[in-house]
Amino acid sequence: MSVPASVEEPQPEALTRTEPQPQPQALTRPEPQPQALTRPQAQPQSQGLQHDPQLLHRSLGLTDEELGRIVRILGRHPNELELALYGVMWSEHCSYKSSRLHLRRLPTTGDRVLVGPGENAAVIDAGDGIAVAIRIESHNHPSAIEPHQGAATGVGGILRDIFAMGARPLAVMDPLFFGPLDDARQRWLVEGVVSGVSSYGNSVGVPTVGGELTFDPCYGGNPLVNVLCIGALPVERLVLGRASGTGNLAVLLGATTGRDGIGGVSVLASAGFGGGGEGGGGEGGGHDAKRPNVQVGDPFEEKRLIEACLALLDAGLVVGIQDLGGAGLACATSEIAARGGVGMDIDVSAVPRREPGMAAWEVMTSESQERMLAIVTPETWPAVEELCRRWEVRASVIGTVTDDAPHDVLEAATQGSGPFKISGRLRIREGDVVVGDVPASSLADDAPMYDRPIRAPAGLVKHRADDPTASEGRGDCAADLLAMLRDPSWIYRQYDHQLFLNTVVGPGGDAALLRLAGPGVPPSERGVAVTTDSAPRWCAIDPRMGVALVLAEAIANLACVGAVPAAVVDCLNFGNPEHPEVMWQLSETVDGLADACRALELPVIGGNVSLYNESTGEDILPTPVLGVVGLVERLRHRPPPVALPEGSSVVLLGSRRAAGDRPYPLGGSRWAVECRGRRHGVLPTLDYEAHLRLTGFVGSLVAGTVAGGETAVERDRPLDRLLDGVHDVSGGGLAVALAEMALAGGVGCHVAGVQGHKELFTELPSRILLTTTRSDELCSRAAASGVPAEVIGVAGGDRFFVDELVDISIVELARAWEGSLATRMTTRLERA
Amino acid sequence: MSVRVGVVVFPGTNCEHDTLAALERAGATATLVWHSEERLEGLDAVVLPGGFAHGDYLRPGALARFSPVMGVVARFAAAGGPVLGICNGFQVLTEAGLLPGALVKNRGLRFLCAPARLRVTSARSVLTCDVEEGTELEIPVNHFSGSYVCDARTLAELRDAERVVLRYVENPNGSIDDIAGVTNAQGNVVGLMPHPERASHALLGSTDGMPLLRALVRAAAGVHAA
Repeated sequence: MSVPASVEEPQPEALTRTEPQPQPQALTRPEPQPQALTRPQAQPQSQGLQHDPQLLHRSLGLTDEELGRIVRILGRHPNELELALYGVMWSEHCSYKSSRLHLRRLPTTGDRVLVGPGENAAVIDAGDGIAVAIRIESHNHPSAIEPHQGAATGVGGILRDIFAMGARPLAVMDPLFFGPLDDARQRWLVEGVVSGVSSYGNSVGVPTVGGELTFDPCYGGNPLVNVLCIGALPVERLVLGRASGTGNLAVLLGATTGRDGIGGVSVLASAGFGGGGEGGGGEGGGHDAKRPNVQVGDPFEEKRLIEACLALLDAGLVVGIQDLGGAGLACATSEIAARGGVGMDIDVSAVPRREPGMAAWEVMTSESQERMLAIVTPETWPAVEELCRRWEVRASVIGTVTDDAPHDVLEAATQGSGPFKISGRLRIREGDVVVGDVPASSLADDAPMYDRPIRAPAGLVKHRADDPTASEGRGDCAADLLAMLRDPSWIYRQYDHQLFLNTVVGPGGDAALLRLAGPGVPPSERGVAVTTDSAPRWCAIDPRMGVALVLAEAIANLACVGAVPAAVVDCLNFGNPEHPEVMWQLSETVDGLADACRALELPVIGGNVSLYNESTGEDILPTPVLGVVGLVERLRHRPPPVALPEGSSVVLLGSRRAAGDRPYPLGGSRWAVECRGRRHGVLPTLDYEAHLRLTGFVGSLVAGTVAGGETAVERDRPLDRLLDGVHDVSGGGLAVALAEMALAGGVGCHVAGVQGHKELFTELPSRILLTTTRSDELCSRAAASGVPAEVIGVAGGDRFFVDELVDISIVELARAWEGSLATRMTTRLERA
Repeated sequence: MSVRVGVVVFPGTNCEHDTLAALERAGATATLVWHSEERLEGLDAVVLPGGFAHGDYLRPGALARFSPVMGVVARFAAAGGPVLGICNGFQVLTEAGLLPGALVKNRGLRFLCAPARLRVTSARSVLTCDVEEGTELEIPVNHFSGSYVCDARTLAELRDAERVVLRYVENPNGSIDDIAGVTNAQGNVVGLMPHPERASHALLGSTDGMPLLRALVRAAAGVHAA
């Protein structure tokens, strides 16, 4: 990770000031009685965790071995509060204990990377003094239980990660995965998740510019709700989540703290669902019991929090800042202290509550939304208070930065018996009484790392041999095509996708293309493109090749809007890591992604791992979701649309056949899986060199179109009108790609020479469709760049016609397209 | 001297920067006005932009009408100053009683962000004065509560006095009489649900909002001259 020199340490004067500081009384009280900590029996009576003391750790999600590790770190038995802190911080969700070992294999560095994995969000340098922050997260389990609030707080959480870096959140994308819609519960989930994203995202004022929608029975009991956010900032405003400066104040900003969301990361996010989720509109037993663990969001609070935090950063009033998400104050205080290598003294009685009678452990682990922790110098505190008052944002000093090292750990380490890193101590008080005292980094960094057993699934060889390419007959190509069409506009019309006047290509395009602009962002003509992609049906067959193909598709999507890929973030959604087959999927995915990133020269700068996505013992398909951000040097014109303009030629770029005995592989294709129920076989392979030639060629053609000319006269119109339309070939193959182009403009086509249903539906990678009126020129330029190109048809008319395979009217196509989602989700009221 | 337009910002407003940028493209000098302001000195027009003022709590615009700035906006309007409410701003103007009617939840009870075709049905307002009646414009809508309602008598008044300035060609939200925008009796206060600032640049796919915003700026220049 590299940090620009402009991120300054606090001024030394701030550290040596001795005048009285505006701290709450509790923080200046004398040292507490250490007895309370060394006698595990002397538990505070008010803690309220009513469990057998010997088994408490288990109910908090910790194993006996993990308790032993905590005892070794502390040199004593932890009290209830401390145990609760370790319970949330060492949860799978917070500590990545099953995946960390594998994630290390990903390449994370690159020329543009300013901040890599480990901070609130990753940051790249976009040029012209602008940095782009990006992060991807999952909110799967909360959304399974309470879809509206689960999805809403997923949006809220990721926004805080972005503005914690000093970036203005500019766009959100939402990859969603559900079970088939013929089940009423799934419709309830879709309705709830979409309304949650819509109500929170729209109201908080961040456009949702794209996403993905996948249906598969494996998500029936455990839907996936991922969310990606990008933001932009002037490079010099970049700020990190680290505390520094002894005597500086820890200030809690935003909402009051309640009992909502306690144990969200451990009990909820880091365990699977036992009970079923079946039944019309209701919810199953496993879900109901966990409902209190879901947080509730308030977008208006978040909107004011964003404005206040960005104003604080603009005014240079903040030393470090950190969001409160999973594991609440426990996570924020320990991470910000551990990153800064300092200690922290927190008084839970100074935390504004939304309900009476909360115990210290509840305050520390509450996941109440819309809160941030800022480190400010005592001198600037009055200015911070004043600014927060203007934005109607609550600001409370809840602690101070200290340079205390935990003595007992220090002792253990100097005696050579402690394997643990020494850091500052996180001391938690409740007024006078110290109720917890642990090394901050032991919470943030010293969670166990598991090398869980890995085993390839039984029947792997048999499954690969069960390939549908040769054995499945042609059938009715038109019917198969119609079955695969899906218009996602029912979803994205509910999202504000235009705020900030940046959205040049919004939802429904290959990738979202935005002007790189926003309040507080230095002016430029640059653009930024983002895409999220996944293909669980590929990853189920071969996670290693599957994820590489997903990355290839993402890069092709970016090329279609003229963007050069810059960095990758990944959201790794998998089943139960205690199943060796799931760990095999995870490990293969990491290796596949690492190989593909190296071949395509892209760093993975951030990510998220979501495990225990299972229901009644059934794991979901391996579902890595990749977010790839690309940059456009100069964005003055709209890129060619996904369209078939009347009279233009349809040109297919890229190799039409694979080498070897399967020229048109169908293993893992939507056609095989969705139309024929064939989930096994062999995936196509990827030729990285050929893929880079193709995406480089298309990317630069489109980039030329969006840039326009150099001179003032040329500037107002695109210089290169070679392209009329562009669309990449992906899920559903040539058939779906052509149909989507036809639907976008309501214009048909006549395509010839397609080699049967296999070429029509194969998902062979590295192919892009272009439309042009100058096909000779296009083909010769492609040839000069080493990219195969062939005219396969002509656009026009009101029929979708592929010689000998499909002949249907555009009207029929449109009916299937529009009907797939909207008709099933639309209320009677809307149809009226 | 260029025309100065104030863009009012309530906590929860989110279209202020977009509106400001589009007004500047239309030739104005635009500044943000915080909702606690009680003076509007030196402004030639006021725009209440889109968003979720005060979180839209209770109902859209219901709290914003009590913000201090609304008192001075009312006086500015009474004195003939051009006032434009876009989307949430329209909702605020109806709640404040500066425009008749109300905006209720869309038919279908869903948020809707989509392009809308509009027809200019009256040029008798500061927003439409430079646009020929019958002109069709494509401008996006982005709202949950955008369905315009009013009683029969108000509707008759609006129609008779040609105060319905914009109508939807295809009604997206169930608004009575396809109403997308209305004006007051004097024509100086206008509210509309579509977002003209979102159709202010070819990069965004439409520039159809510009004739409206330019008309507003020109009308404001008239006030300025007076």
